[in-house]
Amino acid sequence: MRRPPRAMTPDLLHRPIEVVNVGLAGFAQDLASRQVPVVQVDWTPPARGDATLAALLGRLAASEGSIVPANAEALRRLLDGEPVLVDVQTAGDVIAGLGERVILHAGPPIEWNRMCGPLRGAVAGAIVYEGWARDLGAATELAASGAITFRPNHDGGSVGPMTGMITRSMPVFVVENRTFGNRAYSTINEGLGKVMRFGGNDASVIDRLRWLRDVCGPRLGDALRSIGGISLGPLIARGLAMGDEMHQRNVACSALFLRAAAAAIARGGGSSEDIAAVLQFIGGNDQFFLNIAMAMGKAITDPARGLAHSTIVTAMCRNGTDFGIRVSGTGDRWFTAPVEMPQGLYFPGYSEADANPDIGDSAILETIGLGAFAMAASPAVVGFVGGGGVAQALDYTRAMADISIGANPKWPIPLLDFAGVPSGIDVRRVVETGIAPAINTGIAHREAGVGQVGAGIARAPLGCFDAALRALAEQERTR
Amino acid sequence: MTYVASRVVRGRYLDSVSLMRVSQSLSALEGVAEAAVMIGSDTNKRLMRDSGLLGAEAEAAQPADLIVGVRAENEAAARAALAGVDALLSKRASNAAGSAIGHARTLAGATKMLPGASIALISVPGEFAAAEAAKALRAGLNVLLFSNNVSLDDEFALKQLARERGLLLMGPDCGTSLLNGVPLAFANVVPRGGVGVVAASGTGLQEVTTLVAHGGGGISHGIGVGGRDLRDEIGGITTLMALDALDADAATTHIVIISKPPAPRVANAVLERIAKSAKRFTVCLLGQADIALPSNARRAHTLREAAELALGVRFAPDFVARTALPQNRRGNRVRGLYCGGTLCAEAQLVLLGAGEPVASNAPVPGARAIDGAMPDRAHAVVDLGADEYTRGRPHPMMEPAIRSEPLRAAMNDPATAAVLLDVVIGYGAHPDPASVLVDAVGSMPAQRPPIIASVCGTEGDPQVYSRQVRTLESAGIIVAPSNAHAAEFAVRVLHSR
Repeated sequence: MRRPPRAMTPDLLHRPIEVVNVGLAGFAQDLASRQVPVVQVDWTPPARGDATLAALLGRLAASEGSIVPANAEALRRLLDGEPVLVDVQTAGDVIAGLGERVILHAGPPIEWNRMCGPLRGAVAGAIVYEGWARDLGAATELAASGAITFRPNHDGGSVGPMTGMITRSMPVFVVENRTFGNRAYSTINEGLGKVMRFGGNDASVIDRLRWLRDVCGPRLGDALRSIGGISLGPLIARGLAMGDEMHQRNVACSALFLRAAAAAIARGGGSSEDIAAVLQFIGGNDQFFLNIAMAMGKAITDPARGLAHSTIVTAMCRNGTDFGIRVSGTGDRWFTAPVEMPQGLYFPGYSEADANPDIGDSAILETIGLGAFAMAASPAVVGFVGGGGVAQALDYTRAMADISIGANPKWPIPLLDFAGVPSGIDVRRVVETGIAPAINTGIAHREAGVGQVGAGIARAPLGCFDAALRALAEQERTR
Repeated sequence: MTYVASRVVRGRYLDSVSLMRVSQSLSALEGVAEAAVMIGSDTNKRLMRDSGLLGAEAEAAQPADLIVGVRAENEAAARAALAGVDALLSKRASNAAGSAIGHARTLAGATKMLPGASIALISVPGEFAAAEAAKALRAGLNVLLFSNNVSLDDEFALKQLARERGLLLMGPDCGTSLLNGVPLAFANVVPRGGVGVVAASGTGLQEVTTLVAHGGGGISHGIGVGGRDLRDEIGGITTLMALDALDADAATTHIVIISKPPAPRVANAVLERIAKSAKRFTVCLLGQADIALPSNARRAHTLREAAELALGVRFAPDFVARTALPQNRRGNRVRGLYCGGTLCAEAQLVLLGAGEPVASNAPVPGARAIDGAMPDRAHAVVDLGADEYTRGRPHPMMEPAIRSEPLRAAMNDPATAAVLLDVVIGYGAHPDPASVLVDAVGSMPAQRPPIIASVCGTEGDPQVYSRQVRTLESAGIIVAPSNAHAAEFAVRVLHSR
C-alpha cells in the first residue's frame, strides 16, 4: 500500500478547542472551569483487562474490511424493516412443527431437569390447558418423562415474555415485516396477577387462556384483518414520545393500539358482552402491547440473521437458567451463560429472596434498541434501579449507544435532541467496553404460580459475548 | 409485637416507581419493619391486606388516592413513619450527576456527545495509551498524549498515522500544551500574543510561556511534542508539523523551539525547515554544543534567554547583583531539588557555565550521573520527577510533599551552601505548593542554609503567582524572577564565600 503524501498542515490551531478527556478527571475539571467544552471518558482497560480477549479483538480488527460492510448490511436490514400487525391466528396453524406435545418456551434450549420453578409451573399449566394431562400432577410427570418436546420460541419464529409458553391451540399475534416478507408470532398478553408467563397454572389461569383462545383472539384477528393491519413503526415512534420504552412501560402504546382497533373490534362479530369484555381486557392491561412489540422485534431481527462476518447481535433471551444470544455471523448458534438476577424494586411483602433469575424472550426489545436502550425516552422507568432521575435515564441510553453501531432515525428520543434509539449491538464493542446490555424486566417469583413480585433491570452476562467473540475470531481465522 | 398503621392521601397520583421508592425509604426508617405506599386500587388493597399492611382506615381508599401502610415495632415508630410520608412524596428526585461535565464510557461515545471535538487528552496507563491514541487519531482527533511508558515503536507508528491524517500527536509523556489560548494538562494562564512555542519539554514550555507573560508579551500557541520527538527513531515528525502549523499561523510572529540536544540528522531537518520560513526563530537546545543556525534564528542557552530573545527585552538584569547575600554563609555545595525536569537541566547548565562541577540523576552534557548517595565533590541537582522517584507515587508537581524529606536532608547537611528549588503552578499542579514547602521549612532549625526558589506561573493561574511568592518570602525563602536567575544567584552565593 502506498502511503498518502505528507505535509497536510494541521488545522488544529484554527479550530475551537473542544476536548475529549480520556483518563485523569482533574484535567477535564480544569477545562470546564475555563468554559472549554469537554467530555470525560470514564475509561477502563479494554476487555476488562483480559489479555486473551484483547488479542481476539485485535485479530478481528485485522478483518475490519469484511466485518464493517457485513455489519452495515445487518444494520440496514434492522432499520429497513416495516413491521405490520396483520392478524391473530392459532399457533399450530402458523408455526411449523408446533404439534401434539410440543411446547415452545422462552430463552435458549433447556431440558426439564434444568428448568427453573416458574418455567416448570408454566409447562405443567400448558399441558393441562392443551388437555395432554388431566391435572397438574400428571402434567408434571408427563413433562419429566421426556414425552414432551421442548423447543425455544426463537426456533419457531416466535417470542414470548417471561416463561414464554406457546402451544398449538394458543392464539398468536402475527407481525409481518413488509420489507422482507417474513412473519413473527407472540401470544396475547394475559394481564397482571396470576398468569402463565410468571408460572401461574391454576384454574383461573387456564380459564383465561381459554377465553383468549375462544373469544379474545378471534375478535382481535377479525378486527386486524378488517382494517388491513396496524403499521407498528409509527405507533412505536409515538409511544416513545409519550414516555414508553415498550418493555417495562407500554401504557401509551397499549392505549394507541386500543384506539386504532376499538371500532373494528366493535364492528366485528360476537355478542356485545364479548366485545365489551375484550375492550375492557385490553383497557385494563398496561402491558397489553408488550407481546405485540416483541413479535415486532422478532420480525425485525430475523432478516439480519446469518450474514457472514457480521458481529451484530440478532437475539437476546433467557429461560430463567441460561441467558442466550445469537449473532448474525454465526447463524443459529446459541452462546449462553448463567442468567443473572435482576436488580430492582419489589412489591410489598417480597424481596430478592423471592426472586427468580432473569427470564423471557422480551430482551428482543433491547436487541432492536427499545427497553433499556430507549430509557432516555422513559425516565419514569429509570427509578427501578434507584436514585437517578432524567440524567440517569440519559446515561443508560448513551451507554447502550456505546455498544451499538448505529441509531434508528425512525424512533427518535425527544430528550436526546431526537437522536434515534441505539441500534445494532456489536459483540466486539460489548467485549471491548465491558458494558453489558441492560434489560428492563419484570421480576417473577421463583416458585411457580405466585406471579410477578417486582420489576427492575437485568444485565446480559458478558460471558455470552466473550463466547461469541471467540467463535467470530475463530471463523475469521479459518476463512 | 408489631403495630400496623395506615393512612390515605386523598387525590394524589404518583407513578408506581416513585411509590416503590417512597416505600423503600419508609421501610428503612428506624423501628419500621415494612412499609408500602400504593395507589388505592382493589388489587393493591388486597395485596396490602395479605401482607398485613392495610389498617381499617384505608379500606375505603379509592383508586385516585394513595394508601400508606406501615408495620412497625411500636405505635410511635409507625406514626412517625406515616408523618414522614408527605415530605417523601413531595421530594423531587435530584439530579444525581451534579456536574456540568458530560461523561461517556468510550472515546466513540464521547465524540457522539461532543461532535465538534478537536483534541483528545489521553492520560491512561502507558500500556493502553497507544491503543487509545490510535483510536482518537482514527476518529479524526488531534492527540495530547500525557501518558508515559509508550514504546518508541508505538510512538513512531502513532506519529506516522497522525501525519497521514494531518493531525498532531503531541507526546507521549507530553505534560502541556497551550492551544488557541486553552491550557491543556499542566499549563499556565498566559495572554494571547505573537510568540509561538514548540517544546519537547513540559516545564520548559511552562517556564518560557510564563516568562513571556511576565515580560508583557503573549503566546499564540504552545505545542508540546514529547521528549523524544527529535530523536533519530522519531525524526521530529511532530516538531516539523508544529513548525508548519505555526509558520502558517498569522497570529504567530516569532517561534521558539525548546528541546534537549537533537539527533544530528533531525537537527538538520529542523534547521532546514527554519531556513525556509520568513519568521524569526529562537532555538533553545539545552546542553547542545555550538551549532550553525540559519540567519533568521538565534540561539538561547537558557529558558530565560529564550523568552528574552522572543520578546527582545531583558528580564531583571540586576537581580543577581542587587539581591542581598544571606547572612549565614556555610558549606560549599548547592543542592537542587526540582519538580520540573527541564528546570533541573537549566540549573545544571547555569552551574556548569560558571565553572562549577555538577552531578544529577538526570545529567545534562557535562554533568556527572549520580545514583543514590549525594556526591562529595560536585553540586547535586536532582530531578524529583524522574521515574525512580515517581514510580507508584504522584509527580511532585501534584504532590510537592515528596520534596520535604530530601529537603530536610539537604538542610541538615553541613556541606550545603544553598538549596535551589522550583515551584511550578498552573492547571494540573498542586493547589498551593508554596505552603507545602513553607510548612516543611518551618519545622527546620533557624540556622538553616539559604533557600533560593523561583515560581513558574502567572497571576492568572489558579494558585496566583504573587500569592505563592509572598508565601515563600514570608518564610525567608529568596524568590528569583526565573529559574535561571535562581541558579545564577546560587553561584554568586558560592563565589562570595
